[in-house]
Amino acid sequence: MSNKEKHWQKTKGHMIMTMCLWAFFSMVIFLFGYEINGVSFLGYPLAYYMTAQGSLLAFVIIIFWFANKQEKIDEEFGFGEKED
Amino acid sequence: MFKGGFIQNLPKIYGLYTGGFLVFILMMAIAEQAGVTAKTIGILFVAFTVAIYALIGYLSRTVQVDAYYLAGRQVPTVFNGMATAADWMSGASFVALAGGVYFGGYSYMAFLVGWTGGYVLVSTLLAPYLRKFGCYTVPDFIGTRYGGNGVRFCAVLVLVLASFTYVTAQINATGTIAARALGIPFEAGVWVGLVSILLCSMLGGMRAVTWTQVAQYIVLIVAYLIPVFWISNKIGAGVFPHLMLGDEVARITELEGQFGLVKNSAADVKAAGVPGGLKSIAVAHAGVGAGGMAVWKYISLAICMMVGTASLPHILMRYFTTPSVKSARKSVAWSLFFIFLLYSSAPMLATLSKISLIDPNLPTGIIGKSIADVQSIEWVKQWSSQKQVFIADFNGDGILQLNEWFMRTGVVVLATPEVAGLPYVISGLVAAGGMAAAMSTADGLVLAISNALSHDVYYNMIDPKADVRKRLIVARVLLIVVGAAGAYIASMRITSILGAVAWAFDFAMSGLFFPLVLGVWWKRATREGAIAGMLSGLAAGTAYLIYVYPKFMGNPAWLGIDHLRFGLIGAPVCLVVMVVVSLMTKAPDAATQRMVDEVRVPSGKSILGRAH
Repeated sequence: MSNKEKHWQKTKGHMIMTMCLWAFFSMVIFLFGYEINGVSFLGYPLAYYMTAQGSLLAFVIIIFWFANKQEKIDEEFGFGEKED
Repeated sequence: MFKGGFIQNLPKIYGLYTGGFLVFILMMAIAEQAGVTAKTIGILFVAFTVAIYALIGYLSRTVQVDAYYLAGRQVPTVFNGMATAADWMSGASFVALAGGVYFGGYSYMAFLVGWTGGYVLVSTLLAPYLRKFGCYTVPDFIGTRYGGNGVRFCAVLVLVLASFTYVTAQINATGTIAARALGIPFEAGVWVGLVSILLCSMLGGMRAVTWTQVAQYIVLIVAYLIPVFWISNKIGAGVFPHLMLGDEVARITELEGQFGLVKNSAADVKAAGVPGGLKSIAVAHAGVGAGGMAVWKYISLAICMMVGTASLPHILMRYFTTPSVKSARKSVAWSLFFIFLLYSSAPMLATLSKISLIDPNLPTGIIGKSIADVQSIEWVKQWSSQKQVFIADFNGDGILQLNEWFMRTGVVVLATPEVAGLPYVISGLVAAGGMAAAMSTADGLVLAISNALSHDVYYNMIDPKADVRKRLIVARVLLIVVGAAGAYIASMRITSILGAVAWAFDFAMSGLFFPLVLGVWWKRATREGAIAGMLSGLAAGTAYLIYVYPKFMGNPAWLGIDHLRFGLIGAPVCLVVMVVVSLMTKAPDAATQRMVDEVRVPSGKSILGRAH
């Protein structure tokens, strides 16, 4: 496998991982919205908290994490960009 | 003080600007104390901020193609994040979001998740690759990746349909705010709004829009957060509302139990003469509906908004302006951070506004008081006269019950400062914020449409030999034409039959999501597949919309997929047709495959040059 192919394999894996986290915070937890709303978090009902603030915050963190890790993958295979 | 170029000095320039804006707010507060009327303060707020945007627009004028279309590809990561956030948060987000949460509760908050979660898709699937491609517009990518004017034209078609659905609502919002702040008729307000929008974009294209959007973001976020923090501290709910409103949410739930959440029958509402569009509080603030359908309704709406977000051209094109691929990726993260600041505040504002209104223990509470007393409160009088709030004494006891109080959704944000008893200067600030939000989104949309028409239709299809001067003149003329068309439709006040902002997301999702994503992630995708996918997705989505929308055919929704969610029909059709047709046709040639390989690595030159 060429360097490019390896890089793409790893990029794809990272993408799928990120998509799983995304799916968890955007869909999976809301499958159980009714059930988890009895749990209290910071004084808020949990499902209310997640849709009002929690998942939103999770997305911000996911994207920063995604971008940093993807940069490392690019550098590992010599595809990093020169300082701009 | 300013060494080096404009870009190096950006933090200083916008720091000064923010300081200047805060000083302006203070001056207005002093003026209010000195006896300047509320009306004058409102006019000053809107006029002053719009004048600043126009100045920025003028200073950013350009005669270069790459500056006009891509802001010279030198917008730093964080600033591009701010510009995208302003581009994204429309007048509707600013004015109606908190109101939607206020009346719609948990199920409405699927919009919050949808309008933020989409950015994960943007950053992983699209933004860095489109930046590497180096396209000027979204159809530019589709046209080059799949090859040919036919496919390019289909992409333009989807772009125009989705963006135009969105832009009339924005121009409508600028018109409403301009009309109220300046005290002119709505029809005139729409044209004032249009002129302000064009001042920001016409001379400098993307470059001017970028720098005005950063300025507009600062105004809108200040205008949104000040009231939230102020009210929270005023009623003793907590210094930092986002983390400390648990007790208030619990208190609202308790009061809901005490007052009872009554859903008024349509006949009662009509008999009492409640103006159209006004709502009463009938949905639990923090409760979650039980059952599979409630879950599906929530998740399906979130999916539509997320996938739609990742297909809206005016957002994607913001990431064409960063200096590098990695800064495009980071920029998505910053965008979402800046959006998060406002979106996470909307439910807090709704909570504070609701508790101010319904808690009898607070001096501002009106539920349970005598209707005569309530009707003599200054803000109730003022908003009633504009038919924005209404009291219907259903049981005739002269006491205001929870279900007897009606309000228009947009009023929650606009009136909350008054409801909570803040000085008028805050209301003026909120008007300026709403104007900034509506203008920045309208600018991005008008530019996305006119750039696609000028670059993809005019330059690539009609006159590929046109010189730079001619191209930029055409681009500007189209900008005026598109803006005027939007303003004309907005001024006819037919927005109620044009449908919801959510439609733009469904249109974009039906026609563009899979052609864009598969263009990067599936080398086997062919031109024929893309054309067939875009057209069939769009056709299926639109047909379903006509089938299900009450004002068209009004058939019962299939599996709960109503007119807000028709992208759930369009996008899968697009995917299936695109894959099947691609596999039936000849694989893309070696040159195209190499191009896709190139797009997948961040280093090296972009596929399309700076000037093309």
